[in-house]
Amino acid sequence: MTHQPQEALVEPDAVGLGSSGDDPGEGHETVRGRGGRFTGYWLMLPSALWLALFFLVPFYSLIAMSLYDPTGSNLTGYDMTWHVANYVDTIQAYWRPLLRSFWYAAMATVACLVLGYVLAYAIAFKAGRWKNLMLVLVIAPFFTSFLLRTLSWKLILADEGWIAEGLRTLQILGEDGRLLATPFAVVAGLTYNFLPFMVLPLFASLDKIDNRLVEAAGDLYASPARAFFKVTLPLSMPGVVAGTLLTFIPAAGDFINAELLGSPNQRMIGNIIQNLFTNQGDYAAAGALSMTLMIVITVGVVFYIRRAGTEDLV
Amino acid sequence: MLRGVGGAAFLAGSAAVLPMFGTPDRRQDPADCRAPDRSSDRRLIVSNWPEYIDQPDDGYVTTMDQFMKETGIQVSYTADVNDNNEFFAKVVNQLGACEPVNRDMFMLTDWAAARTIEMGWIQPLDAAKVPNLHNNLISSLQGLGWDPDRTYSAPWQAGLTGIAYNKAKVSEVGSFSDLLTRPDLKGRVSLLTEMRDTMGFLLLKNGADPADFSDDEWGVAMEDLRRASDGGQIRAFTGNDYVQDLAAGNIVACEAWSGDVLAAGDPNIEFVVPEEGLMIWADNMLVPNQAEHQANAETWIDYYYRPDVAAKLAAWVNYICPVEGAQAEMEKIDPDMAADPLIFPDDATLAMTHSFMALDEFTMREYEGDFADVTGG
Repeated sequence: MTHQPQEALVEPDAVGLGSSGDDPGEGHETVRGRGGRFTGYWLMLPSALWLALFFLVPFYSLIAMSLYDPTGSNLTGYDMTWHVANYVDTIQAYWRPLLRSFWYAAMATVACLVLGYVLAYAIAFKAGRWKNLMLVLVIAPFFTSFLLRTLSWKLILADEGWIAEGLRTLQILGEDGRLLATPFAVVAGLTYNFLPFMVLPLFASLDKIDNRLVEAAGDLYASPARAFFKVTLPLSMPGVVAGTLLTFIPAAGDFINAELLGSPNQRMIGNIIQNLFTNQGDYAAAGALSMTLMIVITVGVVFYIRRAGTEDLV
Repeated sequence: MLRGVGGAAFLAGSAAVLPMFGTPDRRQDPADCRAPDRSSDRRLIVSNWPEYIDQPDDGYVTTMDQFMKETGIQVSYTADVNDNNEFFAKVVNQLGACEPVNRDMFMLTDWAAARTIEMGWIQPLDAAKVPNLHNNLISSLQGLGWDPDRTYSAPWQAGLTGIAYNKAKVSEVGSFSDLLTRPDLKGRVSLLTEMRDTMGFLLLKNGADPADFSDDEWGVAMEDLRRASDGGQIRAFTGNDYVQDLAAGNIVACEAWSGDVLAAGDPNIEFVVPEEGLMIWADNMLVPNQAEHQANAETWIDYYYRPDVAAKLAAWVNYICPVEGAQAEMEKIDPDMAADPLIFPDDATLAMTHSFMALDEFTMREYEGDFADVTGG
């Protein structure tokens, strides 16, 4: 919908770049003629090669792996025999952790959205001269390793740490209650680790909103809440969509949080895949499970973007 | 229409390339896969497990510094072996293709060492260059099925797996039955992710011999573990990190390695020999194919099999010393340690030890899979 006026704006500009601008068609010719017919393709070549080498080759390798003959082994060699049954076998064996991963990722995404929206809103509209400092603070955790930060949560949530002790004193947590090694710890860890991925796109789209639109809504007798839901929220949708995708996708495949903060009952699909690769040396099952995860996420994302109606904004 | 044709061609092309992504047979012959020895440049590259060698301290000369001084060999020592499987995954492609791994020596636990030797990835040691190894290796580590004459491997340290508990928090945990059933330990117990250690005890608990058991016995032991895990008795399956959890009070009792417990030096943490017995294992020095400084590696092995050096190392790492005669040397360093059965086990302790039987590739996959089904939800 916003496409039309933008293109109209671009047109005269392109012409302006041309020779004299007396005939739009001629202008286009000149722009193209300047660098040769294939310049664009040549410029694309490095990134195309990069993509072929570091995305396409591993991707094909993964597809092939998911179709390996499971009677092979990493030591004596695997053959690709179109063994589609790998998919059925692994889904039957691991549907529980698969569902659990999506469930934990969904909870973490919702938590990130609620926390992140408030934070991004505050940074975009209320922070004033503190805006840049707050943005730096959002990014600051990235200066330390992901692993170290998760490990330090282990200390914070420890059974005899002050949080658990405090909650026990307040009777919120039972006598033997604990925080570590529970679904709560895993979801909290995911939320913490992926929060910046939610805040940054949200901030980017909130910051672009013209405040005069909100003022106009007020002038037209919309209450602040109504103005928020009718103006601010819809305009920030691209940020919401981008943020939820950037949070949900890595969270669903994460295994560090479940490994460090969870117990065997909280293992996610990432842990299963990692174990299949390293401990069991069962590449066929590991490949099939990785592909399943990828397919489910891709289908989910396409469906989600269609529903959110923001295909052209993401 | 054209798009359809293009798409079909793309799919057909993709299908045609997929079979190229199989993996090769990775077995090698160590006789063909040697690098010219460049030991004359006096270098040696060693990969070991963390906290497995003495560290410099005020005025203390480490065994490694002494080695470098005596031999003039410059050692690059890295503690980058954290897990047998992970390390295996790290080197499998190079060793499987007869390419150098840029290390002259790495240390793997018995079963993983056996696997690499069987694959033909390990160079035989020149017996004439490691006389101390053959003269001083303790008898309980001799004559193992996978390397009966210690042609390929030399134990660095050995260890026992048993139980540790925090005596400030709970009463003595004397057996695996207690560990897995006592209600006061519920949710505050951890077991090890090393399948062979943990399942060894489960097999013993159910009356089977870990060195020789049947599929049915395995099933019974597995069911027992599943019951304990589903019932919430077990909080986590861990690697070395159980030490911190035990000290922090997140767990009160766990399956543990003897050396870790001694090294932690926490007076409240006690190592016990479970009623069911102990599991014994060793980490072995191995010289991989294409190593460039094999002669230097052999000098290193021979050096660490000198009783005085072995005693000095054992005093620091607290694991079981595989060197005969080190106990007498230890008397001079620390008589208490010389008498410690967890460093120099007596015959009675050794009689209680069990080792885990060798598994072929597919049995291993099946058993690791069963084990992961419990440890992995």
